[in-house]
Amino acid sequence: MEGIRKFLDGLEPHFHKGGKYEKWYALYEAVDTIFYSPPSVTKTTAHIRDGVDLKRIMITVWLCTFPAMFFGMWNAGYQANMAIANGYGALDAWQTGFASVFASNDPSSLWDNLVLGAAYFLPIYLTTFIVGGFWEVLFAMKRGHEVNEGFFVTSILFALTLPPTIPLWQVALGITFGVVIGKEVFGGTGKNFLNPALTGRAFLYFAYPAEISGDAVWVAADGFTGATALSVAAQNGMDVVREQFSWWDAFIGAVPGSVGEVSTFAILLGGAGLLATRVASWRIVSGVFLGMVATSMLFNIIGSDTNPMFAMPWYWHLVIGGFAFGMVFMATDPVSASMTNQGKWVFGILIGFMTVMIRVVNPAFPEGIMLAILFANLFAPMIDHFVVQANIKRRMLRNV
Amino acid sequence: MFEHFLSLFVKAVFVENMALAFFLGMCTFLAVSKKMEAALGLGIAVVVVQVVTVPVNNLIFNLLLREGALSWTGIDGAENIDLSFLGYLSYIGVIAALVQIMEMFLDKYVPALYNALGVFLPLITVNCAILGASLFMVERDYTFGESVVYGAGAGVGWALAIMALAGIREKLKYSDVPAGLQGLGITFITVGLMSLGFMSFSGVQL
Repeated sequence: MEGIRKFLDGLEPHFHKGGKYEKWYALYEAVDTIFYSPPSVTKTTAHIRDGVDLKRIMITVWLCTFPAMFFGMWNAGYQANMAIANGYGALDAWQTGFASVFASNDPSSLWDNLVLGAAYFLPIYLTTFIVGGFWEVLFAMKRGHEVNEGFFVTSILFALTLPPTIPLWQVALGITFGVVIGKEVFGGTGKNFLNPALTGRAFLYFAYPAEISGDAVWVAADGFTGATALSVAAQNGMDVVREQFSWWDAFIGAVPGSVGEVSTFAILLGGAGLLATRVASWRIVSGVFLGMVATSMLFNIIGSDTNPMFAMPWYWHLVIGGFAFGMVFMATDPVSASMTNQGKWVFGILIGFMTVMIRVVNPAFPEGIMLAILFANLFAPMIDHFVVQANIKRRMLRNV
Repeated sequence: MFEHFLSLFVKAVFVENMALAFFLGMCTFLAVSKKMEAALGLGIAVVVVQVVTVPVNNLIFNLLLREGALSWTGIDGAENIDLSFLGYLSYIGVIAALVQIMEMFLDKYVPALYNALGVFLPLITVNCAILGASLFMVERDYTFGESVVYGAGAGVGWALAIMALAGIREKLKYSDVPAGLQGLGITFITVGLMSLGFMSFSGVQL
């Protein structure tokens, strides 16, 4: 470790003002802070310092997505291998050829599934990381801020919300929109008002709906159409869903869907980590959950003859679609959520309510959590404003 | 009946949000959204004006302007008179007059609100969201009751949008926007992203 410090210290003067590589300071800083915490000390009035900084928070989130990511890769491979075992051809893509070098197509083999899934997911993640990282570094260099670990989180969350078969150029376009328009034009991490990963995904969703929604994109096998449980429910009702998937399948995650969203179990595992380290706010998570339960029960009671989604019980809403993923990883983004404690409750409940509303009432979108979170992001500052105003009013009364 | 009015209201507030789905009333939407207090005041003013002008214009359209509307006068050939070409003129006149009356009323009886709203109150006259609501009302042939609900919904939706924008802009005061985008530039991008969030309602059939 001494060696690395010495090496970095030797390089440092070149990157300071007037040095040879002044422009590249952001990159030097990024590499330095991977190994060491920043040496800077506060020069103004004293304040409390804690070992938890932005970097540690972001890395925690990043690590907590790993269960969902590995399970998602296994599942992407499993779904494809199942389809191939049932007589469908493998998808005519280089990913399939790459995977066949290392593994065969046996759906009961953990290795075969993982390799095929990784062959689809890792290029998506790499594209996200390289293209998004390019913009991040470009803006950092031009605007003189630091390259931020927030991008680790944005990139993994964005990649996990995509279907395995999405074309890579769309991945590049989506993360570009998310990073540049969703975040960097506002000045970088901490200054945006929408979740950048969701902004990028929403952009893709409306710009190229054919590659990110529908029945044909979730399973990487030729000609195979496997609808997600949500669109089955919207079209054919709960009975057909129960025939096709068991609740436990949906909970464990062996169903077609975006890479990261399928396994509620793996997501909750990561979520437990986030809640235990208090990186994610338990108020938001509980708010989203309660909002969803209350709204879906309300729809259960109202009932409808024509719309089968009314009858979906809350424990199904929880396990299918991206609800769990959005609740644990997207809604809890501390930048775009409400900041005040009461505000977090309102914010969470609004997301839960809107998710079920969109799923049930809006025939245009089978999934609602993405748009619900973006919608609640819009109102987060307003919610905070009213919470703060109410506090001020209460304290004024107390002190008259 | 109640259900019908409720769905009309929800539709006017969210699905057909004046600011974020139709992009109407942009001038005041962008200009007066720097501070939450001003946005709240203007939002309330817009709601009040909408609730009054849309039904009044509804009466004017149905009793004076539309084809055959004048038949209640009993004049010969009145059922063939079609004055709807006077629509724009009448609606904007009604709006201007009502805003003027409201201004005088507030000045006399609620001076606090009058001072808080300041120049924005007369500005409402030229807010296209107000004229837009009246024109939508005519186009969709709302009854009097519907027009009251629709006016309220359109106003509330616009007020909600401008308050959300004001909240975001107050937060964005601490962000570090590139020099070329500061001020209105970033606000345009913000509004664009906001309407992305409002896409969640597009396609809802009520």
